[in-house]
Amino acid sequence: MISVKELTKRYARNTAVDHISFEVAKGEIVGFLGPNGAGKTTTMRILTCFLPPSAGTARVAGFDVLEQPLEVKKRIGYLPESPPIYPEMETIDYLKFVGKLKGLRGADLEKRIDYVCQRCAIADVKTKLLGKLSKGYRQRVGLAQAIIHNPDVLILDEPTAGLDPKQINETRDLIKDLAGEHTIILSTHILPEVEQTCQQVIIINKGKLVATDSVRNLQARARGAESVLVEVAGRDGNLETSIVEHRLQQVPGVSRVVQKQQIESRFLFEVESQKGQLVRGDLARAIVEAGWDLNELRPAAMSLEEIFLQLTQSEAPEAETATVKGSEA
Amino acid sequence: MRNIWIICRKELGSYFVSPVAYILLLIFAVIVGFMFWNILGIFVVEGIEMQMRGQMFPLNVNEQVIRPVLSNVGVIGLFFIPLITMRLFAEEKRTGTIELLATSPVRDIEIIIGKWLAAVILYACLLLFTAVNFAFLFKYGNPDWKPLAINYLGLLLEAAGLLAIGTFISTLTKNQIVAGAVTFGVCLLLLVFGWVSAYETATWARVLSYMSLATHMESFEKGVLSSKDAIFYLTVIFLGLFFTARSMESLRWRS
Repeated sequence: MISVKELTKRYARNTAVDHISFEVAKGEIVGFLGPNGAGKTTTMRILTCFLPPSAGTARVAGFDVLEQPLEVKKRIGYLPESPPIYPEMETIDYLKFVGKLKGLRGADLEKRIDYVCQRCAIADVKTKLLGKLSKGYRQRVGLAQAIIHNPDVLILDEPTAGLDPKQINETRDLIKDLAGEHTIILSTHILPEVEQTCQQVIIINKGKLVATDSVRNLQARARGAESVLVEVAGRDGNLETSIVEHRLQQVPGVSRVVQKQQIESRFLFEVESQKGQLVRGDLARAIVEAGWDLNELRPAAMSLEEIFLQLTQSEAPEAETATVKGSEA
Repeated sequence: MRNIWIICRKELGSYFVSPVAYILLLIFAVIVGFMFWNILGIFVVEGIEMQMRGQMFPLNVNEQVIRPVLSNVGVIGLFFIPLITMRLFAEEKRTGTIELLATSPVRDIEIIIGKWLAAVILYACLLLFTAVNFAFLFKYGNPDWKPLAINYLGLLLEAAGLLAIGTFISTLTKNQIVAGAVTFGVCLLLLVFGWVSAYETATWARVLSYMSLATHMESFEKGVLSSKDAIFYLTVIFLGLFFTARSMESLRWRS
């Protein structure tokens, strides 16, 4: 649905987007992740034909953003960082105006307005001035504006920024709800948002693509291999670390065993296995057969936040981590 | 065409929903009404004096009332043009709504013409209000309507050119005050350029004088429909809108 190749955007002094390539399939929700100033907004503006790229190509639904901008614009709904509303207009007039701009008319327009009002829960503010609406309502009107012409692609720039926790949840639910009908790209610097709403993640930092993968794979990839945490306890209290470690090493498929912790005779090991090997069952059997207690066995999943920090920091040690720390875990 | 009208309707809505349009209409009507009253007063006194002296020079309502009043309307309109155009693009750039327009399936030129057309329609409303004064002349006198109509046409063409220039200037900044001040300066300069022709006949002076929008009003004021001057105004409109389009395009490359 969206195909970006070697996309580059240079300004007079700096390069905002540096040779980024990615693909988004139809119906996917993709999280566009990166610290502030990473080039997320610029990339989105190029995809929406607001800015022309300096080099590289971007295609939406098969149309090039430079060569056929009108065709691209017809198929895109865009919610910029601050909702583009006219404070002096009433909600209903605003939606009518945007709907007409996007080519809707007559009964079709009325139908779509009713639909988006109900979908975005803004029916109760239809006749209010947009300037008097709360931030949450403005955001929803912004979203309603983006979906009014039923676009194939939805591009949302930080759709939950500045909302309170309840509104954030409502907005996320709404976005997830819309996923079936539209291909969605949403940008954010809040990691749980991506974990909760997106299937795919594109991480960019300082204009460069750092990683693009599914949330699951990314977690596995950052680890290099799949790993599990195992807590083993000896019954008689004189169990040696080296014995347990040796036993775990012998389980087929295990590549590395690292001791993490020891509290009295309870040992916590991190066991890494070769990719694609499922060792949990064998591990459990080996431990039980050796006569030890298996207290815990769980996949050592890295949070996206750790991955993000790891990826963005290894690329650029001085990366703006402040914004990442600021987001809640 | 349809998109132009959608944008134009929205802009007119913005003018008429907010008090902007009504305040402009009121102030314009009061000022022009006061001028009309004064000029008519002078005309009446002159008429009485002539009768007392027994002179029977023909008094002409067109020449002695309508023409001076409309000449003033053109100058006063100059103050209103920046007020009309300054927000057109500057406001959208400040609030970010320009992103909505620029990412909608409409051409830049449709956005520009729509906005400019709304400004022209608002200015035409201002002119229409001044016509109320002349309605009294038709009730009590017998002026010729044709020069009056041509004069109004000239005023509208002149204003449409200045409004196109104002639209262009509005795309250059996010700040309405800056847009308004620069537009006012440019309008005033274009008006006074013509003054050099009074004392200087060198080529530069003639060029400057030709560029003055006031110079080209003269024939319209006389009630002469001059295609040369009409084409001049149409050229100014075209250039203004053309530069607006270029400016919007460069906005995309720069911002």
